[in-house]
Amino acid sequence: MSYLPNTDAERGKMLAAIGVNNIKDLFVHIPQAVQDAADYSGLTDSLDDLTLQRKLIAMSSNAADLNSNACFLGAGIYDHFIPPVVGSVCNRSEFYTAYTPYQPEVSQGVLQSIYEFQSLITRLTGMDVANASMYDGATALAEAVIMSCDLTKRRSVVLPANLHPSLRSVVETYLDPLGISIRTAAQNQETGATEIDTLTENDACIVLQQPNFHGVIEDLGAAVAAAKAVGAQTVVSVDPMSLGILETPGSLGVDIVVGEGQGLGCFPAFGGPLLGLFACKKEYIRRIPGRIVGGSVDTSGRRAYTMTLRTREQDIRRDTATSNICTNQALFALAATVYLSVMGKQGFKDASTLCVQKSHYLAAKLAAAGVAQRFSGPFFKEFVITCPAPVVDINKALLEKKIIGGLPLPGAPNEMLVCVTEQRTKEELDSFVDVLASFVKGEVA
Amino acid sequence: MSTEPTIFEKSRSGRVGVQMPTCDVPVVDIQDLLPGVALRTSLPLPELTEGDVMRHFLRISQKNYCVDKGFYPLGSCTMKYNPKINDVAVQMPGFARVHPFQPEETVQGTLQVLFDMQNWLSAILGMDAVSLQPAAGAHGELLGLMLIRAYHVSRGDAHRNLVLVPTAAHGTNPASAARCGYKTVPINTDERGLTCIDDLKRQIAACGDNLAGMMLTNPNTVGLFEEDICLICDLVHAAGGQMYCDGANMNALVGTARPGDMGFDVMHVNLHKTFSVPHGGGGPGSGPVGIKAHLAPFLPVPVVVKDDEGVYRLNYDLPQTIGKVGPYYGAYLAVVRAWAYIAHFGKQNIHMISEDAVLNANYLRVELGKTIDIAYDRICMHEAVFSLKNLKAQTGIKALEVAKRIIDYGYHPPTMYFPLIVPECLMIEPTETESLETINDFIQAMEKIVAECFTDPETVKSAPHTAPVGRIDEATAARNLDLSWPLEA
Ligand SMILES: Cc1ncc(COP(=O)(O)O)c(C=O)c1O
Repeated sequence: MSYLPNTDAERGKMLAAIGVNNIKDLFVHIPQAVQDAADYSGLTDSLDDLTLQRKLIAMSSNAADLNSNACFLGAGIYDHFIPPVVGSVCNRSEFYTAYTPYQPEVSQGVLQSIYEFQSLITRLTGMDVANASMYDGATALAEAVIMSCDLTKRRSVVLPANLHPSLRSVVETYLDPLGISIRTAAQNQETGATEIDTLTENDACIVLQQPNFHGVIEDLGAAVAAAKAVGAQTVVSVDPMSLGILETPGSLGVDIVVGEGQGLGCFPAFGGPLLGLFACKKEYIRRIPGRIVGGSVDTSGRRAYTMTLRTREQDIRRDTATSNICTNQALFALAATVYLSVMGKQGFKDASTLCVQKSHYLAAKLAAAGVAQRFSGPFFKEFVITCPAPVVDINKALLEKKIIGGLPLPGAPNEMLVCVTEQRTKEELDSFVDVLASFVKGEVA
Repeated sequence: MSTEPTIFEKSRSGRVGVQMPTCDVPVVDIQDLLPGVALRTSLPLPELTEGDVMRHFLRISQKNYCVDKGFYPLGSCTMKYNPKINDVAVQMPGFARVHPFQPEETVQGTLQVLFDMQNWLSAILGMDAVSLQPAAGAHGELLGLMLIRAYHVSRGDAHRNLVLVPTAAHGTNPASAARCGYKTVPINTDERGLTCIDDLKRQIAACGDNLAGMMLTNPNTVGLFEEDICLICDLVHAAGGQMYCDGANMNALVGTARPGDMGFDVMHVNLHKTFSVPHGGGGPGSGPVGIKAHLAPFLPVPVVVKDDEGVYRLNYDLPQTIGKVGPYYGAYLAVVRAWAYIAHFGKQNIHMISEDAVLNANYLRVELGKTIDIAYDRICMHEAVFSLKNLKAQTGIKALEVAKRIIDYGYHPPTMYFPLIVPECLMIEPTETESLETINDFIQAMEKIVAECFTDPETVKSAPHTAPVGRIDEATAARNLDLSWPLEA
């Protein structure tokens, strides 16, 4: 076994030192019947290192990947450019084989990277404070909603109809055992934006997704005003890439900002692991879930970092902790930190702007070819089109052209959510239009 | 080691780290494309070249200790070696560069990993089915409790709202219970270091028919196997409760014994402990949940199935599902790594994981036990727990100070002050991937430190002396909160 250093001779020596004859003597506390019941026949045969590598390559090759196909799928997971230096840093053993920085003296690298991550997220969102990460954008939203209920002492929340279905499902699943009720704010069928008029004094918060599931940019200022009028909070789940150009939720008065950070330097990776972003106003700092890193000094006065405000966390507060989260997404927070540092002021704005330009080019060309947009509201990089045929059929035709088409919308088989990132070229956009145009003209049955 | 300025201090106006393409479609004024939308006027991100960025992060990386550098004996954390084939695998395009909403036909190899792992983990845990959705151990606990709750609710037992949790349990256990709307009832540990059966019986009786279940770590948090486990499960089941196993310590059992055969109904396992997924400085992890058949109707969707034609599919058709605890199919790349680790050992050698892990821990218990006090003097599982109570009484030196001194000898400190029931606790877990020389060297270092406690206590108390920074003023950090670098005026 390539990872086990003990030789049989050493095992014998160690058993003798312990004072037992046989390895099985170390398992005497496990009832014999339990040991006898163990059956591992369902496992694979042991693979040598060469066969293992070959097998992994074979499985990985049995998929249409985004290196060989142009991706128009989005809906929460995005094919944004990942600068190579992100991988060079994250693949350093010093980062990826370290544990949670409970011993700050030997974890300053992780701690400083998290401090910089928190700083970058506050700058991006315009919020006062950010935590060290959550599992993903969906659980981050669930945590934000629960925090908002704790802060306002209210037990009802308003979710938008056009919230990503996976986010909605996770929030519902998290709230169900806590007895927090959910009401839904309708979607304007013309613009695609949320109708913000249903708040009451029982609501802890209104949630908006920015841009929403259908790609439409919401009016956060209007939501904040409506929420304030009834003493409720505004919680926004934001696509961080849109913050290269959109006004920050912070300056619009939003209370809690969460989001999926995958687009900031992490692989699509079939949807995981991901990176949950969590930021809020500073008055809520003692109710934040998860880890927070702060700056301090060491015994000789040198700048140093450490985890702080620890009395919120499960290992100290147990059943009254602000959350049960322990392991988070530190390595992906590092990826996002490197990503935002190297993209920088100019590169990040450029990427964001390219998303807007290219997606609007595609929408206009599709409209000219007879494929209309479903909603009239402004959009960032995603929009819904009404297709001349079922989306699954169109996607098969697209795949033949090495294009992975958009998402067929649940319950609307002819509607497709299309995503255009900075990675899509004009050539790819034009061939996408060509395939759809051929369906409009009835060239494809 | 010199202080590395923040990335913001290294920024110089006008530097660029990524050259973005010029727009290849006709450019329209953004205001015209986004009429009425509020746009930001400043974007306060740093400005650096790629080289600046690489050097900055490489420099701060040097301030970390890591498994690839040396022994990392953190109890309860299973800091084993992270095989490099796994790093290669997670870069492979069919794993890393696929979208979760691609049509099933286009991700058959990708899905195979999930399907295999549902089956393999079921076999290793002795469970009937596995959900790969949870992103970490605590997330798995929450899912497991939600499944227990759904089960009770489906049987008209919605009033069951009490969960038994040993006082020695990890903090995530009671925190997860609270997140599931449950109240926790603490259970004591007896002088053996095991669940106190008398206390358990008393508390079960006191719960009456409000008992929802029990969360138990096995091996428990002092590294001992709960030898009364079958009785414990019987007692809880007889009172209508479900048994949850916190599988954080599964490394002691892999290939030897299965929680499902002990009577547990539901459990999580941490792929970032037992199955070689690296800890990444705090994550990402993965916390799959195994269940017995009676909980299967409530599993989160989707589950991966293989149809009659041998095609892998995502099944969303579970009418009684609790919903979703994560947006897609779990920490996919972590699952790929764990797949590779299990395949390396296979059915023939999987038992060697627990055997060498338990052998190393017991060797360390006996040999180091000659120098410091073992908390519970009996055969341990994959980790050994020591109490420095007597050392402190004799020298005034605390477990924390000994732990910090260990840094000067080139090791990461063990877990300290967990579990809380052991005074001046040090918990040491060598794992199966450490060698006899490493363990012997570590024991020698500990012997020297204990001698120093008597001969040179000041050196121990002021440790570490060789780390990139000295002890950090945590009180100041909590009082004068500095959580982000201030914006330049
Ligand atoms: C015994 C025990 N239970 C639960 C957990 C929580 O697991 P995670 O950090 O993956 O959420 C840990 C991790 O430290 C643990 O040691």
